[in-house]
Amino acid sequence: MTETKFVDIDFSRIETDRMRLNVGPQHPSTHGVLRLEVELDGEVVTNVIPHIGYLHRCFEKIAENMNYQQVIPYVDRMDYISSMNNELPYVMAVEKLMGIKVPEKVEYIRVIMAELNRIANHQIAIATFGLDAGAFTPFLYLFRDREYILWIFEKATGGRLLFNYFWVGGLANDVYPTFKEDVLNIVKQVRKTNKDIEELLIYNKIFIDRTANVGVLPADVAINYGCSGPMLRGSGIPFDLRKAEPYSIYDRFDFEIPVGKGEVGTVGDCWDRNIVRFREMEQSCRIIEQAIEQMPDSGDVQSAIPKKVRPPKGEIYFRCENPKGELGFYIISDGKDKPYRVKGRAPSFVNLSVLPEISRGYLFADLIVILGSIDIVLGEIDR
Amino acid sequence: MEIGEIYNRLKEKFGESIKELIENPPSDSYINIAAENLFDICLELRDNPEFDFDYLMCLSGVDFPDTLQVVYHLYSLKKKHKVVLKVTVSKDNPKVPSIERIWRSADWHEREAYDLFGIVFEGHHNLIRILLPYDWEGHPLRKDYKEPETYHGMRVPY
Repeated sequence: MTETKFVDIDFSRIETDRMRLNVGPQHPSTHGVLRLEVELDGEVVTNVIPHIGYLHRCFEKIAENMNYQQVIPYVDRMDYISSMNNELPYVMAVEKLMGIKVPEKVEYIRVIMAELNRIANHQIAIATFGLDAGAFTPFLYLFRDREYILWIFEKATGGRLLFNYFWVGGLANDVYPTFKEDVLNIVKQVRKTNKDIEELLIYNKIFIDRTANVGVLPADVAINYGCSGPMLRGSGIPFDLRKAEPYSIYDRFDFEIPVGKGEVGTVGDCWDRNIVRFREMEQSCRIIEQAIEQMPDSGDVQSAIPKKVRPPKGEIYFRCENPKGELGFYIISDGKDKPYRVKGRAPSFVNLSVLPEISRGYLFADLIVILGSIDIVLGEIDR
Repeated sequence: MEIGEIYNRLKEKFGESIKELIENPPSDSYINIAAENLFDICLELRDNPEFDFDYLMCLSGVDFPDTLQVVYHLYSLKKKHKVVLKVTVSKDNPKVPSIERIWRSADWHEREAYDLFGIVFEGHHNLIRILLPYDWEGHPLRKDYKEPETYHGMRVPY
């Protein structure tokens, strides 16, 4: 005879362990070699610990052993998809320390190049963000357009991604004769594609469902964590260094600062950060058009380049509005031809540190979208 | 508010802890302060509505021949003014109070300065290496740093 036993199970006393999951370092959705140690309760994220440093080259140590000009190619390799924007604060910091005034034409070419690179960067950001949310077609459209911008860079500088084009006091070479027409054609093309993207991606119901009300970053948290760029503006703060403290010749152009308003969800969600990038592309187009119009035709782009770059003793912190946020260079000079100390304040490094704060309590699938909306480049985080 | 005025007001309140104001244009002006009172000075700079420094732009370590230095670049988004603070510590005992609880952006910056310079930030909740492997030895951005021969059996210089 078998005996039947009845056991009462008190389900409220069953305890489940939280699971630890490693995302990356080799994973397409981490946008590079980033490892996220995720703590999960079922499918809900309870904690995220980013582990960085897989791409660490110790840029700052290398820079201490280089001439001021020789550092520029290394600066390119920090944020390798918006190199023009990286070179700008570095060369302007050295110029300010040395008291160099660059010719008008150089300023205009620099602004045009930087804004073109900003468009290219935002195209990648929106394309990969769409890819993270499951939209493949906009990715192809945007990468096709980005290729046209890279062609201009290739014609003007010889490089597609890494340029070494801005030099201390000038440029490596003048632009080619049909530069203006090419740039205006690009602007037309960008606007045309952006109309398509608006329908395909931005106001797509599935995309809104995936991104609205996800990863909400309140404004005070964003400031306290030092977020900058579209991360900060997505939370509704109209802070843009091009307006707040206009460097170069940005005070001559008429443009607006797009901010997140919570049109389809809460202010500061992933959709807001994405729409800020999307609308900034239009503003960059406006700046480029005005700059092309005002740009002087004649002028020597190398007239202000010093024979020896040897800044006087001193130090400077100079920052510019990178596509990803505030990129600053803190340079200490001891009067020699090599910098005593160069510190790069990378926007992605600071923006990524807010990830644990904004991803707690969301689903694991949302974590990938939140990470995509921060728009990181690991070359800049690890330096 | 100009840096001179900020210096005078801080001097009134904290006295000896605010050491000197160094101005040398075109390079940035900065205020040298003592390490002991750093936390209170930073809290005052953030919470006093006249200063309102809500944004830590940059925190960097610097290695000078005899001393280590931590440089703080602060900015106010509302008032649009900035200030640079410098704290100098000896190489034998490089301890600086952590300001991570005032500006959370200092969290990773302080870990980076600890990682590359060996500056110890007292009161930091999780002061571990950030860019280098967790078991790395030495602090590479010190001027006298010698890279190790091997790491886990792999040759380091290649």
